[in-house]
Amino acid sequence: MNKQLSKLALVAVLLLVALVGATTYWQTWAAGGLQNRQDNSVELVAQFKVARGLILGNNGKTVFAANRRKRVNGQTLFFRRYPLGGLAAQTVGYSTSAYTQTGLEESLNDYLTGANTDLSNAIQRELATLGGATVHGNNVVLTLDPAAQALALQQLGDRCGAVVAMSIKTGAVSVMASTPTYNPNLVDEPGGYAKILKIKGGCGDGSALLNNATAGLFTPGSTFKMVTAAAALDSGAFTPASTFEDPGYCTEYGKRISNANNPDQKGPEAYGHVTLAQGFEHSINSVFCNVGKKIGAATILEYAKKFGFYSTPPLETPANERAPSGLYYNGKLEYPKHPDTAVDPGRLAFGQEHLAVTPLQMLLVASTIANGGVVPRPYLVQRIVGPNGSTVRDTKPDTLGRAIKPETAAELTQMMISVVQAGTGTAAQIPGIEVAGKTGTAETAVPDVYTAWFVCFAPADDPKVAVAVVLEKQLNGFGGAVAAPIAKLVLEKLLHG
Amino acid sequence: MIGVAAFAGTLVAFRRDYRVLENYKYLFGLGALALLFMPLLPGIGQTINGARLWVHVGPLQIQPGELGKISLIIFLAAYLREKREVLAQGRLKDWGPLLVVWGAAMLILFVTDDLGSALLYYGIFLGLLYVATARLSFVIVAVGLFLAGSAAVYEGTPHVRERVTNWLHPWTTHKVFCPLTGTATLRQECTSYQEVQSLYSIAHGGYGGTGLGAGTFTNVQGHELIPSLNTDFIYSALAQELGLAGAAAILLVYMMFVLRGFRVALLAGDGFSKLLAAGLTFGFALQTFVIVGGILRVIPLTGITLPFVSYGGSSIVSNFLLLAGLMLVSDRSNKAIERS
Repeated sequence: MNKQLSKLALVAVLLLVALVGATTYWQTWAAGGLQNRQDNSVELVAQFKVARGLILGNNGKTVFAANRRKRVNGQTLFFRRYPLGGLAAQTVGYSTSAYTQTGLEESLNDYLTGANTDLSNAIQRELATLGGATVHGNNVVLTLDPAAQALALQQLGDRCGAVVAMSIKTGAVSVMASTPTYNPNLVDEPGGYAKILKIKGGCGDGSALLNNATAGLFTPGSTFKMVTAAAALDSGAFTPASTFEDPGYCTEYGKRISNANNPDQKGPEAYGHVTLAQGFEHSINSVFCNVGKKIGAATILEYAKKFGFYSTPPLETPANERAPSGLYYNGKLEYPKHPDTAVDPGRLAFGQEHLAVTPLQMLLVASTIANGGVVPRPYLVQRIVGPNGSTVRDTKPDTLGRAIKPETAAELTQMMISVVQAGTGTAAQIPGIEVAGKTGTAETAVPDVYTAWFVCFAPADDPKVAVAVVLEKQLNGFGGAVAAPIAKLVLEKLLHG
Repeated sequence: MIGVAAFAGTLVAFRRDYRVLENYKYLFGLGALALLFMPLLPGIGQTINGARLWVHVGPLQIQPGELGKISLIIFLAAYLREKREVLAQGRLKDWGPLLVVWGAAMLILFVTDDLGSALLYYGIFLGLLYVATARLSFVIVAVGLFLAGSAAVYEGTPHVRERVTNWLHPWTTHKVFCPLTGTATLRQECTSYQEVQSLYSIAHGGYGGTGLGAGTFTNVQGHELIPSLNTDFIYSALAQELGLAGAAAILLVYMMFVLRGFRVALLAGDGFSKLLAAGLTFGFALQTFVIVGGILRVIPLTGITLPFVSYGGSSIVSNFLLLAGLMLVSDRSNKAIERS
């Protein structure tokens, strides 16, 4: 019988080996998939046992997100608290017991819960849990300047808009304000989320949750002339001194396209004999319309791409909270197969024609000009610090490549200085500091209601900070009058503190 | 406590020669059948978690099937030892007992709605039949019969069908009819809820586990996530708290126990001892496989206990009896070796 006994023993052992194999499968290969399932109540509870890391301002002191400790049935649970309310609500996001997360709370979840898979970190965490200690997540130090952020938010008020600012040399985003905003502490309260969805601010329902700075798509209007001018100069087709005749309109496809109305006059302005630089300074549409006709839509779009259009700008926020800029047809981003025949080059040149851009993208255009033609890589997370004070991650400034020649950047900077000194953007002047900027007043479907823009950087001779401001649906709101003053205040705050 | 007492009692009672048990084999056989069918008696039988496995006597809740398992192994060991030569000839009339046991297993499956117990008893029977007769063909035919019987039961028993459906498709993306509430819900929120939450519990353990006593088994309000965690789903609790390292270690200990058990069987001097030790050990391994395999979705989930770990008096007592049996066999063969 011993032969059969050995075989039966083998069967018995194989049965148990199968169990070891199955256990390994569920705890390793399949574990990630199971942990991400929405009906996983084990993970739902377990995440509250971790003391999530704090989210801090660039001074390392101001707390955007902290924890509220609560004892439930003998276990200590940690719930999220946002001491500053809606100060950077869309950027920081929220993490709630409904197992939904947004913003940096979502994209940095692994760091904030200490689950990032660094070997020494994993071992430390394992030892801590086996010892029964609370797991502490990593603290995140943002690049956001709390004072400038508060100022930007206060200036935007309850209007629909956004302010983004960044340090040109590094790409560190110091302001990312989006209005209307909401109080993330409400999300977990009964009926709170419904209340947030009802916030009105000229953007429509649900807009309070949208990060206008990175996902809001606005018509760029004349701010896009920075891109057109860059294409015109960098391609060698024009110089700042190239001359134009402005009769107050430009003729395209046999039709007249008028310049913008001057609020002081009845009807469009006509400047007569002007240079490209003057056309930029006074934002003359006919000049740019003729530039567009000359160089063609393909060249303009090609340069737009070099500035980062048609790709989602890199940032630490979740990818679905960022949008690429470019030509949108029926809500879909499209790069025309034959731009020179499919796209109206004149209207494209002054920033209408199906163009939709994010404030972050326009900020990148200005920063690139300020940075001598190289696109800085934007970032929001300066440092991630472990519970024991060690640095887990430190962001090194990087670039996204060169968009234009240094000479082109210098010429554009001069043109942008004139805009603030004597052109459409005089409201952004700061005593003792040279500001370079560009206004934008994009037409909307409603007459006399505009999307107001101001995009700028300073000091012009040694650029440090760039700011982009947009306000949607402004009645008679010209970029130079509505957006430029906000940009000026934020610039001052960031330069002087 | 009762388990240890039963363990000690058995060792003392049969210290001279446990082989007297052989003389009472039909008593054990009848006893086994009586114990297995006891939960079906009206008045004392009880259905828990959809399976009729329990007997309610005064304040005591017992699972007679656990003791029935031991009785059955003693009966099979004794019966097969006596009839092995006859059975091995493979004459048609000798298939009788096989068919009787097959019928009994199917009957148990059908009336108690418990696939796990049927699989366990039938598996033990097949293992011992093979050891005794060395006829693989018997086993193959018997497995075929079992599959055919199972298929019939699957068709006829909604409870078994539900278990199989939960096994194959625990998650649904669309709402399906939920027999528990009578409404349409996702299956993972209805009949497969425990299976799915148990897998989440295991996955949460990862490599190293959360540490003993630090596992997550209740929701934010403190309600239990898995109602039968201490009995049927004990393994998913262990796997979460001890992680892959701990769970694999437990399975390795079980594996060592099984190998020692078969070693006892190999060294035993007489046929009854060999079959008894092999039956007890193989039953142990099979029971572990049926319950843990059910939790891990290797086979459909059934509600039987994990040896030595699950919280359940009957199970602990029967496992200590099993251990006592193995020690008696081992002790006897050791003495025999010393004498020679």
